[in-house]
Amino acid sequence: MVSMTKKKTFFWLCVFLLPNLLGFLTFIGVPIVSSLVISFTDWDLLGSMSFNGIENYIRLVQDPEFWVSFRNTILFIVGYLPLVLIFGLACALLLNQKMKFRAFFRATFFLPVITSWVAVSLVWKWLYNPEYGLINYLLSVIGISGPEWLNDPNTAMIGIILASAWKDIGFVMVLFLGGLQNISPTYYEAASIDGASKLRQLWNITIPLLAPTTFFVTIISLINSFQVFDQVMIMTGGGPGGSTIVMVQNIYNHAFRYFEMGYASAMSWVLFLVIFLFTWIQMKFQDKGAN
Amino acid sequence: MEAQTPSEQMAYRSNQKKEQKRPILKRILFYLLLIVGASIMLVPFLWMISTSLKPNGATMVLPPEFIPSEPTTNNYEKVTQQFPMMRFLWNSIVVAVLTTIGQMIFSSMAAYAFARMHFKGRDKLFLLYLATMMVPTQVTMIPQFILIKQFGWLDSYPGLIIPTMFAVFGTFLMRQAMLGIPRELEEAAFMDGANHFQVFYKVCLPLIKPMLATLGIFTFMQSWNNFLWPLIVVSNEKLATLPLGLSLLQGRWATDWGLMMSGVVISVLPILIVYLFAQKYFIQGMTMSGMKE
Repeated sequence: MVSMTKKKTFFWLCVFLLPNLLGFLTFIGVPIVSSLVISFTDWDLLGSMSFNGIENYIRLVQDPEFWVSFRNTILFIVGYLPLVLIFGLACALLLNQKMKFRAFFRATFFLPVITSWVAVSLVWKWLYNPEYGLINYLLSVIGISGPEWLNDPNTAMIGIILASAWKDIGFVMVLFLGGLQNISPTYYEAASIDGASKLRQLWNITIPLLAPTTFFVTIISLINSFQVFDQVMIMTGGGPGGSTIVMVQNIYNHAFRYFEMGYASAMSWVLFLVIFLFTWIQMKFQDKGAN
Repeated sequence: MEAQTPSEQMAYRSNQKKEQKRPILKRILFYLLLIVGASIMLVPFLWMISTSLKPNGATMVLPPEFIPSEPTTNNYEKVTQQFPMMRFLWNSIVVAVLTTIGQMIFSSMAAYAFARMHFKGRDKLFLLYLATMMVPTQVTMIPQFILIKQFGWLDSYPGLIIPTMFAVFGTFLMRQAMLGIPRELEEAAFMDGANHFQVFYKVCLPLIKPMLATLGIFTFMQSWNNFLWPLIVVSNEKLATLPLGLSLLQGRWATDWGLMMSGVVISVLPILIVYLFAQKYFIQGMTMSGMKE
C-alpha cells in the first residue's frame, strides 16, 4: 500500500517536473557548462576542437578591440545610469501625487518600455537624422546648429545613451513608484507639522527612505546595461569608426561572424563575471538595506 | 498590509485638504511638468506615425510637416507588397503565441512540483534553477546555437520557439504564487479523491490566475520584441520575426524613412493593442522581472 502511493507520487512528479527539467537541462544547464568548456578551446565550429588552456583569456586581455568595447560599455553606463535614475525618480515623484488623468500619464511614461528596442532604435535614428530629423530641426528653431549625432564618433554614443534612457525611464519609474508607496504618510505629516518645506521633506524623508529601492534599481540597471546590444546594432552597428562597439556586440561578432566560438565564449564569461560581481554586491547588501 | 491607523487616516485627510488648497500657480507648474514629460514620451511615436503617412519625398522637407498635408497609405502598401512584412507579422504571432503557451504550461507544472510536492533534493534542484538566472543569455547563446544546428532546427519555428520556452524566471514566478496557496484547500481536494493533476488544474491554477496572466503577458512581450535570438537562428528571410525583419528593411531601404516608419508602425501596433487592454499585467510583469534576484 505504501509503495503504491510512493509509485503514484513518483509518477505525478515525473508528469509535472520532467518536461520543464528536460528543457531546462538541454537549453540552459548543459549550455552553461559547455560554454565554459568551449571557452578553453580553439573551436571554429568546422574543424576539430582542441583545448588550448587559458589562451583565449590571455588573448582577450591583450586584445585592444576587447578593451575598446569594454570602455564603450562603461561610457554607455556612465551616461545612461544617472539619466534613468534621476528622471525615473522625478517621474515617479510626479506621478505619486494626487492628480487628474494619472492613469493616462502612467501609461504614457511606460509606453516606450513595451516597445521593442529595434523599433525604438529606428524611430530615434530618424529623429537624429542630421538634415531632416526632428531633433536638429527643433534645435535650429532655437538657433542651435545640431550635431551629426550618430554619424559623428564624438556624439554617436550620446545619441545611443539618450534614446536608451528615453526607453527605460518608465521602467525605473515603476520600480520607484513601488518604493514610494511603501513610505508611510505619517513621516510627511510629522514633517509638515514641524514646518518642513516640500523640498526638505524630499531630501530628508523620501530620498533616505527610498535608499533600498534606489540601490536595487541601480544594480538592476547596471546588470541590464552591461548587456546593451540591440540599439547599438540598429542605430550605429558599432560605428562610426568603432566608437560605439559594445561588449555583447564583440561577442556576437566573434561568434557568428568569425566563428571563433572559443574566443567568443571566453568573452561571454568575462561578461558574466562583471555581472556576477554586481549580483553578489546586491545579495550581500540587500538584507542590510531592508533592515 | 496593515489597516490604517487613525493617525495615518488623519494624515491622508490632511493631504487631501492640502491638494485642494495647493496654490493655483503651483498646480499649473505641476501639470506643465507632467505635460512636458508626457510629450517627450509621446512625440517620437507621433512622429513615427506622421512620417509613415507622408508621400515619397515629403519626409525630406524643411521645415518638417507635423501633420502630413497629403496623407497617404502608399508606404503601407509598398512595405506589405514589395517586402514580406505580413510574413514577418505572421512569424512573430506564431513564435510569440507558442512561446507564451509553452512557457505558461511548463513553468506552472514545474512550479507545482517545486511548491506543492515533496521529493528528495527538491530545494537543491530549485537552487540550481535560481543560480542559472544569474547567467546572462550571452553565455548560453553560443552552445544553444550549436545545439539548434545539431538538431537541424536552424531557420525553423522549433529553433525560434523551443529554446526560449524554458526561461527559469517563469518557474520562479509561478512557484512564488503557488507557495501562497493554503494547504487546507488541496488537502480537502485530496480527501475527496482528487489526484495531483486535478488539484493542480482545479485548485491551484484558478488561484494563481493573475500571476499566470502576468507571466503570459511578460513572455509574450519578451518574445515579440526579441531580436538577438532570431538574429542568430534565422538566415532565411521567410522565417524572420518583426524585429529581425525591420533590421532587414533597414538594410534595403535605409533612407526611405516613410517606408521604414510604416514598417515600425506595423511591428508596434499589435503589442500596443495588447498593452491597452492588459496594462496592469505589463507593469507587474516588468516589475517582477526586476525583482527576481
